[in-house]
Amino acid sequence: MKKLNPLFAGLLFLVSLPAAAEIKVFACEPEWAALVQELGGDKVSVFTATTARQDPHHIEARPSLIARLRRADLLVCTGAELEIGWLPVVLRQSGNSAVQPGRPGYFEAANHVQKLEIPARLDRAEGDVHASGNPHIQTDPRNIGAVAAALVRRLAEIEPAGANYFQTRHRDFAQRWDAAIRRWEQQAARLRGARIVVQHKGFPYLESWLGLRQVAALEPKPGMEPTSGHLVEVLEKLQREPAQMILRAAYSDDRASEWLAERAKIPAVVLPFTVGGTDQAKDLFSLFDDTVQRLLGAMP
Amino acid sequence: MHKLIFMTALMLAATAAAAEPAAEYEQRVRELEQRVRQLESGSAPSAAGRGTPAAPNAFNPAISVVLNARYAAFERDPATHALPGFALGPDVGPGERGLSLGESELVFDANIDPNFYGSLTLALAPAGRETEVDLEEAYIQTLTLPHGLTVKAGRFNSRIGYLNESHPHADDFADRPLPYRAMLANSAGDEGVYADDGVQLRWVAPTELFLELGTELFRGQSFPAGGAAHRGKGAYTAFMHVGGDIGANHAWRLGVSHLNTDAENRATGDETTPDLFTGSSTLNGVDFIWKWAPDGNPRARYFKLQAEYFTRDEDGTFDPASRGTPLAYDGKQKGWYTQAVYQFMPRWRAGLRIDRLKADPVDAGLAGTALDNQGHDPKRTSAMLDFSHSEFSRLRLQFNRDESRALVKDNQWYLQYVMSLGAHGAHSF
Repeated sequence: MKKLNPLFAGLLFLVSLPAAAEIKVFACEPEWAALVQELGGDKVSVFTATTARQDPHHIEARPSLIARLRRADLLVCTGAELEIGWLPVVLRQSGNSAVQPGRPGYFEAANHVQKLEIPARLDRAEGDVHASGNPHIQTDPRNIGAVAAALVRRLAEIEPAGANYFQTRHRDFAQRWDAAIRRWEQQAARLRGARIVVQHKGFPYLESWLGLRQVAALEPKPGMEPTSGHLVEVLEKLQREPAQMILRAAYSDDRASEWLAERAKIPAVVLPFTVGGTDQAKDLFSLFDDTVQRLLGAMP
Repeated sequence: MHKLIFMTALMLAATAAAAEPAAEYEQRVRELEQRVRQLESGSAPSAAGRGTPAAPNAFNPAISVVLNARYAAFERDPATHALPGFALGPDVGPGERGLSLGESELVFDANIDPNFYGSLTLALAPAGRETEVDLEEAYIQTLTLPHGLTVKAGRFNSRIGYLNESHPHADDFADRPLPYRAMLANSAGDEGVYADDGVQLRWVAPTELFLELGTELFRGQSFPAGGAAHRGKGAYTAFMHVGGDIGANHAWRLGVSHLNTDAENRATGDETTPDLFTGSSTLNGVDFIWKWAPDGNPRARYFKLQAEYFTRDEDGTFDPASRGTPLAYDGKQKGWYTQAVYQFMPRWRAGLRIDRLKADPVDAGLAGTALDNQGHDPKRTSAMLDFSHSEFSRLRLQFNRDESRALVKDNQWYLQYVMSLGAHGAHSF
């Protein structure tokens, strides 16, 4: 029998190793990265494609994202057209068959929640509207709970050997999460009926959860930059129908909301919007702790 | 009526849900509660009326249309345009003076099945009183090959260089840089993009640093090839790109590319008595792009710097004005451009571009032909300012100080709009 070249044997050993025990996850937004980490524990390694300082709608299909997606086993994104300006290009250029739409490695969170603001009329005259509804689903913690239930099934499908592990972690998470939701709802009870102005229509799920009432938006149409003419109109409207605060996401430009806050004499509140959006929002739990605290802090 | 249907659905769902685990059951109840709220407030369209267009159309591809038109003012007659030292196709130049419609582009794309993606781009171009339909791209691409491989086939823009793969409407300037104008064209003769019928194989390395290698085989009928040499396999390319991020604020990509073509009676110059070139034409290029945005969020401000450098080597025979007296020609040409674009506030961008070309001197026999550089290196400096009302509409003003021709300088102004409607396209880096 011929002796096996040691180098060759070493290579053979390397390739015959079982696929790395970790599931490599490409998460489009920090909230899904945090959720995957909650459910997957040390059986996942997560890459986050965007930060809380970035608008997930306006991202470039950067080479680094293509390289990351090339090696991913699972992609977890919001969907509902939030990433439509860059993700299709990254997907097609990644050369990774496992994460293409329709494969188990492709997971869209928005498919697992009931969406709001589904436009009755699809027309860009209404701005950058999304046919399947508003994609900013992560501002309602009940949505995160629903996505977690679907995501744990997907993790188990991709790594059946870890199914029990994921399910145990999910049960634990769901319990803590439901308790936290009840706590936040109690804390936020006096926000019910609060009248708010938003920079971008990014908070309908938060509004529906806590009973906030949006009276105006600083963007004249979704996705279009605030103009001075429109801001004056909003100011006039606020003089007739006062609001308690102006909300903007951590990544939004501050000029428009600060201008209005000064003149309407109401606070402009920066919400973390996702994990990492403020120093306090370190994980999913502190994201909502901080969101609720910031809203309460702005109430007169 | 809604409520009756809804109550029935609720009862059915409740019966079915009885068998499900508690967590899922709770989730369903929450969803149903949300629906009740929506139905009561009348904000949600009826369940039956939404998301169910007539069945055959539900699978329509994404369709988008790009509309553009411009006003151009040139000091010099554009018919006298030339780039001394470079043999150019008949349609190459700054275009027409005054008001004119650009190419209106129609793009259809969709996944064909789980394994293939397809895309079709048509350009409707005014040509005098007629309208020309150019098939710019029509290709299929694999989605599920293993090991990071992708195959593209059909007619498509080559992935050489940086600008080449993207369509001119996505450019930051109203016209392509001079090296693209002088050295590359598609099969319809449009300047500034190398596209042909062929196949492409691409591989993305499984590394943290972005690394891709690719090669293409083309029919060889687009400039600088011509005549579909080697029984319709007249051109091939090879390219490599590397790229990555530096922190959250910076992203970059560096590329090298090679285009090797054989031309048989490649026609340039005027259409009735064209100059004919037969021989080999080899192009090598380096391209670099660097983008900066505070926190990687380009919404309010960003900066990008791009530069490309090309050298071309042509070796064969050149027959000026089809006189039937081919002359030996072996010469080198090179060109580069660099441009910077800065979005200094939301919606407003300003840009500056410098382009240069240089061709080797030619033998006495070729003196006075298009290949004669007349002792002049073409150059141009451009400045632009554009305004985007939304991400779908852009207005641009551009000024070129154009020294393409020997001895005469031209001042060129462009005022243009580029707008897209329909499906929200995704753009490459």
